[in-house]
Amino acid sequence: MDTKPFVVLQDVAKRWNGQLGVEEISLDIDEGSFVALLGPSGCGKSTTLRLLAGLEIPDEGQILIEGRDVTTSAASARNLSMVFQSYALFPHLSVAENVIFGLKVRGVPRAERREKMARALEITGLGGLEHRKPSELSGGQRQRVALARAIVAGQRLCLMDEPLSNLDAKLRNSVRKDIKKLQRDLGITVVYVTHDQTEAMSLADKIVLMREGRIQQIGSPDDLYNRPANTFVAEFVGAPPMALIEPGIVEDLSPGRTLGIRAENVEIAKKGKGRLSCIVSEAEFLGNETLIGLEHKGVRGLTVMKPGLSLVPVGERVEVTFNNQDLHVFDEVGRRVSEQLTEK
Amino acid sequence: MNKRVNLERRRQAIYGWLLLSPAAVMLSIFAFYPSAATFWSSLFSRGTRRRPSEFIALENYSDLFADPTFWVVLKNNLLYAAVTIPVSIVIALAMALWANSKIPARGFVRTAYFTPTVLPMIAAANLWLFFYTPGLGVLDQIGGLFGLPSINWLGQPQTALWAVIIVTIWKEAGFFMIFYLAALQTIPEDLKEASDIEGASRWTYTRRIVLPLLMPTTLFIMVNATINSVKLIDHLFILTKGGPSDASKLILYYIWEMAFAFFDAPHAAAMTILVLGVLCIVAAVQLFFIDRRTHYQ
Repeated sequence: MDTKPFVVLQDVAKRWNGQLGVEEISLDIDEGSFVALLGPSGCGKSTTLRLLAGLEIPDEGQILIEGRDVTTSAASARNLSMVFQSYALFPHLSVAENVIFGLKVRGVPRAERREKMARALEITGLGGLEHRKPSELSGGQRQRVALARAIVAGQRLCLMDEPLSNLDAKLRNSVRKDIKKLQRDLGITVVYVTHDQTEAMSLADKIVLMREGRIQQIGSPDDLYNRPANTFVAEFVGAPPMALIEPGIVEDLSPGRTLGIRAENVEIAKKGKGRLSCIVSEAEFLGNETLIGLEHKGVRGLTVMKPGLSLVPVGERVEVTFNNQDLHVFDEVGRRVSEQLTEK
Repeated sequence: MNKRVNLERRRQAIYGWLLLSPAAVMLSIFAFYPSAATFWSSLFSRGTRRRPSEFIALENYSDLFADPTFWVVLKNNLLYAAVTIPVSIVIALAMALWANSKIPARGFVRTAYFTPTVLPMIAAANLWLFFYTPGLGVLDQIGGLFGLPSINWLGQPQTALWAVIIVTIWKEAGFFMIFYLAALQTIPEDLKEASDIEGASRWTYTRRIVLPLLMPTTLFIMVNATINSVKLIDHLFILTKGGPSDASKLILYYIWEMAFAFFDAPHAAAMTILVLGVLCIVAAVQLFFIDRRTHYQ
């Protein structure tokens, strides 16, 4: 019984007028884990979250929370909280009233309410802002009010729908750390929707990568980065993403297979010593390193990382080399093949 | 340098006045001047061929206060306002909430509710005249099916004012509903979802979230309904002409009668000034006191 996962989605599907929503979503979530639903926009990650929240009812499949079938239960009966992309704060209520709205609705006594609110505001660093209206807060503060509202009731499952997408880059980093710390300190289970793979990689214990309503891969950040299940995952995860080499471009290592290679495994070689001869298409200085984009027929997204500032003029021809053991191999439909290539 | 700043400031001031002037001119010609002129003429006596009009200060006003009809009309109008304002607001809100929810034939429902607003008041009054007519009217016909006696709704003092009130509510509610519908569209869907997740019932959501967010609209509608309760008298001309025995006479109708049936312009002017004063006070109360407790997005 103990080994049963906290949240289970089983073959869940949701369609709108025959159009694809999500299909065959099967997912186990352990208690206390941080799960990120990742994917490009329109991939069904928000739909999956809304199905879990009870804001949509699935056409097929089953949803279990704490072993209880909640497939058709109302949102309020699922014992979860949610942070919305737009924060969904009640604009006419003060910070304090927003935070304790749910407690009030559920009939929690006044003294307990006050105590819980004080704690939630302290955790989220909102002390002293109790009487402000949401319109008098900055974006980051509003975001924290939404967080405080989500944690005040002490629900063990918290859903977050792109909570950082309305913040500027700098704030996003600091709030990201706050969210992670919060999740760890409170020991709550978080399901987090994002389209930003860095966010997912840095936050999640488990990433669910989706595309066109279907799950592409479920795994740890390490799995997704180092063992992508298919070419879509390979190209979605990582900055810069993995380069894909069509069959027959590199001397026939593995006929009919597409090869993948990450930028950090590619090196610039001396003239005549490289395995591919490419043309520099762009050079991007990032401070601690320089990304050099390369063009070659039949190769997508090939990039070399060089430490520090080392710009190469665009249009120059360079040769690159890599080790066979760093290559990822995909079959003709893009699925990963676990065969190892021999050392060159 | 200083000169240029001054010049610029003057240019800005002229620009501001130019933007302001069309409205100022129109309001002055059609609102401020007539009001002032009305006040001025309310201070003079009614001139006849033998006795020319002369300045009598507030005598017209004291005449009014001594006139029993004035008090009857005032009482009628207060009852008319006290019933039509809240009832039409509540009905408008209920209709809007219903027409905004996910119901079949939503477009039809909205159109149906809005139809009375599109009709001219005179046409609506004629329609209702047909409903109320004793014997022939729809109400009597339906009542007849259940064996109820024929009632002359517009012809007896106990029911005449109420019959007029119902027509007004029927006319106004659909109009106010449109404002509520528009305001409901501006409430984001995710507030409902957030309150769902917090476990709020539909009623709690409506009471704690929707109604407060509709307050600016309610305020606007209240001001409008108040003004309408004085302004809207077209149907009286068709339905009752203020009768029987002044039972359904409203203040503006009485002013009209005073001025154009009894040709007593000074008393009509005095009454107009009183109405204007009361409306100003009511509008000020609504805008300053309720406004302060209203949340604007």
